[in-house]
Amino acid sequence: MKETRFVTNPDRKGHFGMFGGRFVPETLMPAITELEDAYKKTRRSRQFKEEFSSILKDYVGRPTALYEAKRLSKALGNRCRIFLKREDLTHTGAHKINNTIGQILLAKKMGKKRIIAETGAGQHGVATATAAALMGLECVVYMGRKDTVRQAMNVFRMELTGARVIPVDSGTKTLKDAINEAIRDWVSNVETTHYIIGSVVGPYPYPMMVRDFQSVIGREARAQLRRAGVGLPDVVVACVGGGSNAMGIFYPFAKDRDVRLIGVEAAGHGVDTEYHSATLTCGEPGVLHGTMSYLLQDRWGQIKGAHSVAAGLDYPGVGPEHSMFKDSGRAEYYTIDDREALEGFRLLSETEGIIPALESAHAIAYLKKLVPTLSRGSTILLNLSGRGDKDVASVREIFKGGEADEQD
Amino acid sequence: MNRIDRRFKELKRKGECALIPFVTAGDPDPGATVEVVLEMASQGADIIELGLPFSDPLADGPTIQAASFRALESGMNPELYFDVVKRIRKRSDIPLVLMGYYNPVLRMGLDEFANRASEAGIDGTIIPDLPLEEADAWRKAARAKGLCNILLVAPNTPVDRVKRIAKASTGFIYYVSVLGITGARAELPRELAQGLKSVKEYSKRPVAVGFGISKPEQVRGLRSVADGIIVGSAIVKMFYEESEKNGLGHAVQAVGDFVRSLKEATRK
Repeated sequence: MKETRFVTNPDRKGHFGMFGGRFVPETLMPAITELEDAYKKTRRSRQFKEEFSSILKDYVGRPTALYEAKRLSKALGNRCRIFLKREDLTHTGAHKINNTIGQILLAKKMGKKRIIAETGAGQHGVATATAAALMGLECVVYMGRKDTVRQAMNVFRMELTGARVIPVDSGTKTLKDAINEAIRDWVSNVETTHYIIGSVVGPYPYPMMVRDFQSVIGREARAQLRRAGVGLPDVVVACVGGGSNAMGIFYPFAKDRDVRLIGVEAAGHGVDTEYHSATLTCGEPGVLHGTMSYLLQDRWGQIKGAHSVAAGLDYPGVGPEHSMFKDSGRAEYYTIDDREALEGFRLLSETEGIIPALESAHAIAYLKKLVPTLSRGSTILLNLSGRGDKDVASVREIFKGGEADEQD
Repeated sequence: MNRIDRRFKELKRKGECALIPFVTAGDPDPGATVEVVLEMASQGADIIELGLPFSDPLADGPTIQAASFRALESGMNPELYFDVVKRIRKRSDIPLVLMGYYNPVLRMGLDEFANRASEAGIDGTIIPDLPLEEADAWRKAARAKGLCNILLVAPNTPVDRVKRIAKASTGFIYYVSVLGITGARAELPRELAQGLKSVKEYSKRPVAVGFGISKPEQVRGLRSVADGIIVGSAIVKMFYEESEKNGLGHAVQAVGDFVRSLKEATRK
């Protein structure tokens, strides 16, 4: 195989080395080309930039705080300074809204009347429904039947903001099937509809566009660290499902080769079981949902189901740019299992009074492994991608179950 | 000459339009697929499209999704698929087109897949998630083994792109009748005939139309503008429902009768 070189942007056809590209039915090609043209034209326009940053400021609540977690650091041996980028403080409670605002502005510019989206945990669905309400556009969200049950509260939030949630009964009834169904809808309504993909996945230009919209996270953090007199961090840490929060904080540091970039994948019940979502760690390159990237697949190329206690990491694919980051050695990817993530969830809640989303809890949990390996006084920047309100009920059940186990 | 090219040549001489039925291999099991394909061939099918099931068939409607799921549940995989093809080949010379998504092809390796497909007796491939821009490597591998690579044109494909696809597609051009996914439709778009005519302006290659076609009346309406007509979901659905209700033998016969009525509708 050819050696993968680190690149900061895709080529003309949307490839990051061997990854990325556009593997979609012919019917979608015109829509994807239209989107690419519209995005390239719009992103540099002053009017768009001003509108985007004004909504991010007044509606989303940006810039989000950069917070030094001193008690967390102390609990981990007081060896490193740990800064949390507080995406959990955004409107709707996760970084997802940065992307949905960017895409909905673009959809309006393209004259689309109808918005569709997929969602797993419901965070991207909520962020899309919210953005659609803000712009007065019709919104349909596809969600795996299993996830509508696991995340009933988010279904209600979407409905409250005027979206229609369609449960998906095909395949594994989770995120990957919701994406299939959203693509099928898009193929059938391509002229009136814009599909807001929620992560740095899918056919070009999505991986680049979503990354660009999410890069506000890393740009802010970089400036905030500079103002705090810290300068560049030694390590940037983020959880990776599809990989949008990670790419959003990595990308503005990608050219600073001294800054280590670490993505944390979900090991679920363990990477040696069938129940995990560690795509970069355990997968192999293949094509799913319009892009070439690492995938969890069997020997015949059928896509395997993924698992994580964090529904937002529960995806058998990953963004193609992450695949390039991995193969080129620009970023490192490690795993945290369900049990460790729950410990991370508790650790941040107890030491800092911040309840993280279970997804972000994977990044927190990884600090326990990382900190002892770093030289004293190192600086860590961690993307706290979302808040844990959506997870408290299910974590409570798990903790109760765990105690019952211990009594057995 | 490839079997597909030869078949279109014969049909042209006879002034007939090709009937191209589709079934999913392994739904409900490999033996049933062999039987139903041979029956369709004997009842007048001109070319058979044989689906290689994939876990995430995003261009397909509920009927073919369900068939793919059943086939995978029963253990279908590329190796067994090629066995099915070989068993058909022993008893029939009908042109066979593999319709499948890209990942299983990629997973086996393009050259290896092309080699095994060709050895088993496949004549061409349709890979719906492999548009022109990404198709170079597969086109090369397929050509080396004498396989046609059939590309799709949609109603919203811009003219300059239609020209490029028409040039690159071998065997025939697959014209997608509707903006949408596979599955029977009560009515086909009114602009369909116009769309087909415009594709034929840019290419001498045969143009077959598919998606949504389920009835002899629809076939009669299209036979003068298309060189081939593809019927998928309607057959898959009939085969499944009949075998659930009345057993496999009846299902094979019912599909055979249906194919005969569709074939008659292609004759002028």
